[in-house]
Order: sequence, then structure tokens, then C-alpha cells
Amino acid sequence: MGDLWAGLSEAVRLLVTLDGDLVQITLRSLQVTLSALVIGSAIALPLAAFLAVRRFRFRRGVIAVLNALMGLPPVVVGLIVYMLLSRSGPFGVLGLLFTPTAMIIAQVIIIVPLIASIAHQSLRDLWSEYHDLLISMNVTQAQKMRTLLWDARRALLTASLAGFGRAIGEVGAIMIVGGNIDNATRVLTTAIALETGKGDFALALGLGIILIALAITVNLAIHWLSRTEAEGRW
Amino acid sequence: MVNLFPLTVRSAQTSRRGKLLVGPVNLDLGGAGATVVMGPNGSGKTSLLRLLHGAARLTGGAIEWACAEEEARSRQGFVFQRPVMLRRTVLDNLMYPLRMRGTARSDAQTLAEEWAHRVGLNPMLARMATNLSGGEQQKLALARAMITQPQVLFLDEPTAALDGRATREVEAVLRAARASGTRLILSTHDLGQAKRLADEVIFLLHGQVQEHSDARSFFDAPKSIEARAFLRGDIVE
Repeated sequence: MGDLWAGLSEAVRLLVTLDGDLVQITLRSLQVTLSALVIGSAIALPLAAFLAVRRFRFRRGVIAVLNALMGLPPVVVGLIVYMLLSRSGPFGVLGLLFTPTAMIIAQVIIIVPLIASIAHQSLRDLWSEYHDLLISMNVTQAQKMRTLLWDARRALLTASLAGFGRAIGEVGAIMIVGGNIDNATRVLTTAIALETGKGDFALALGLGIILIALAITVNLAIHWLSRTEAEGRW
Repeated sequence: MVNLFPLTVRSAQTSRRGKLLVGPVNLDLGGAGATVVMGPNGSGKTSLLRLLHGAARLTGGAIEWACAEEEARSRQGFVFQRPVMLRRTVLDNLMYPLRMRGTARSDAQTLAEEWAHRVGLNPMLARMATNLSGGEQQKLALARAMITQPQVLFLDEPTAALDGRATREVEAVLRAARASGTRLILSTHDLGQAKRLADEVIFLLHGQVQEHSDARSFFDAPKSIEARAFLRGDIVE
């Protein structure tokens, strides 16, 4: 119980004093996660729409694999990205290992199947509703996909927020590819892991509370900005 | 302007999962007036409309328009028994088919407002289409199908779920469309509606055309026993 109070008071102290390290780590966490979210959504949402609209061989297989990949172990993703970006790997020449870019790549790989699977569920339902209408209007495949993505945008927001939740709390993969380097690749989750390892539970807990507050704030902000609770729109 | 008619249907049929839904059907349809497809439940009315429109897969035979199939598809509209509303406002629903065809936003909006006025939905332009009543939704679906000025409009029991007033309003729009040259092909259960709108009748039973004749002949002297029974109000199976 003492650690909990110490953590809370440490969190308050860090926030009130606008601790320089904390601000830097928090901004880096947001930068990495939001970048991964934007890139991941840009890949996953059209993919989900494509899978909803197009009928092709092995489609069910692709969907099953996508669903299975929702449980992709982050540590394994980190290991694979590490091997690809390391000096001896195929992309070693790019010098991306232990940079925020490497962390973004790992997070994108982790969240794309998650966002695509959740989005696909919503788009599949909407497609079954719209199917006859859009066929009768003779619209192109690309127009069908755009229509679904636009009309299901609020449900897709939930899919993207699930991706955000997964990415902001991720530690295994970004620890491996980012290296948790101070002033370079340290983010809230890796900082928590480090402080816990050092035995500074109060600071670790303080950072944890800030991480939770950050996740809730971003979720609420996105809901508010997109007016998802407006009457008749949710 | 390219003419879609005559429409020639030869031994056309559609099946789903091995079950024959309609056909083989032979028809010759001219380019004017209203054709009403009638028949008991499960006779294949909806399947025939979908087949002619190209929304159901042709699994045998041929359907030939007087122009290329792609051209013909782009000049058709379809109104469903249960209107499908895009999750958008009334205005956006009306603008949608125009925008998909590349019409500029301002032109699309002007036309949408004009059509909303025609079907009496102009005070509701900013409302979500999914929040309209059944009758309002069907009028919106009708206006949305007609806003691209299709040469032929398919309607699958368009007033089945509507009350008398809404039915009258929808029929008024259909009569105006027919008068302006739009070819109507609609299915209905409503004998009165068929008499009010039909120029010719196709009577279907078990997916086969039992009778195809002008409306007066059909209602005054139906040729088949089943059609006579149907018009008497008997149960036809």
C-alpha cells in the first residue's frame, strides 16, 4: 500500500513540476505510438475494406490468418525486426536499429492485424447491408471500399483506438529494437521496465499512472473530436 | 441517347447453391410503359427483377439489351422492397449516385435539392436517412434511384411496407416517371396497384413465365388457370 501512495505522490510530483525527462519520454511515447497508429490504420483499414468487398481464392484463409495474427507475440516481432534491421540483416544499411523509426516499424507490424481484424468485422456487416444497393448503382470496387470506410468511420475509430491501446502499452518489441536508450529511444513503457528493474517502484508506478492517464486522455480526445456521442451517430 | 430496348431474354435462368431460383425465362420487352411482374410468394418475382438488372448471376441462357451490357447497367436504377439507406443525411444519400458518376458537388447538391422537393423530403435534407419513417425512406430510395435519370427503373414491391398515403405518393412519382419516358418494371402483390400502374403484366409461377400480355387482356381474360385463380384471390401454389 505504501508503494501505491508513493507512486501516486511521485506521479503528482512529476506532473506538477513538469519534469523534463518525463515530458521528453511522454512526447516520445506519443510520437512513436501515434506514428505507428497512423501508418497502421492507413494499411489496415483499406485492407479490411478490400477483404469485405472482394471475393477471391483463399480469402477465408487470409482472414483466418489475420485473426490469428492479432495475438502476435510482440517479443517475436521485436526479434524479427531486430534481425532485419541489424547490421548483418537485409535492411542494416539503413541504420534504423535503436531509433524511434525501428520502434514504429515494430508497432505497425503488431497493430495492423488487430486493427484490420476488428475493422473487417464492422465493414463485413455494413457490406452485407449495402451489397445490393451498391451493386445496383454500378459503382466501382474502389468506390465501394471508400463508401464502406466513410460510412463505418465511427466503428473504425474503435478499431484504431484498440490499435492505439495495444501500441501505447507495448514494451517487448520496442525494448529489443529501440534499446531503451536515454534521450533517444526511451518511452514510458521501457522506462517503467527499467525503473522496476532498478527497484524504484515509486517512480515506476508514477510513470505507469501517467501512461494510463495518457491512454485515457487520447481516447477521450479522439471520441470528443469525432463527436461519436452525438445523437444518432454512434 | 443510347436506347436500351428492346430487351431480349432467351432461356435465362439464375440459380443459387444449386437451386434454380427463376427460369428458364423467355421475354421480349419494348421500351415504353410499365411492366408489372405478378405471382404468388416464392414465384421468383424478385429473382427475375434482379436477373434482368444484372444483380443476380446469369447461370444459363442470355439477356441482351439493345446496347452494350456495361452501358445498359449504367442506365438502370433499382428500388428494393426494404429500402437500403446509406448511413448519411438525406442530402448525402441523394447526392451519392451523382458523386459516384463524377458530377461536381455543387451540381449534385442542386439536383439533390430539386429531387428532395419533388418527393416532399426537402424539409428533411439534413436529417440522417436511417432516422426517417418507412414511407419517407422509400421515397428517398425512389428519388435516389431516379436522380441519375435511368432509362429503366426496376422496383421490387416498392410499396409493400407502406401505408395508403405513402403508397399514393410513391405511385404519383412513378406515374410522373413513366410519363417522362422512364421504363418501369416492378413487382407487386397488390392487385389494385397492378391495375393502376400496369401497361403489361408478366405472371410468374415456380420461376416460370406463365403469362405475358398487356394489362387489359390479363385482367379481363387471363389465359392460364393459375392466373385466373390468382386474380380471384385463391391461394395458388
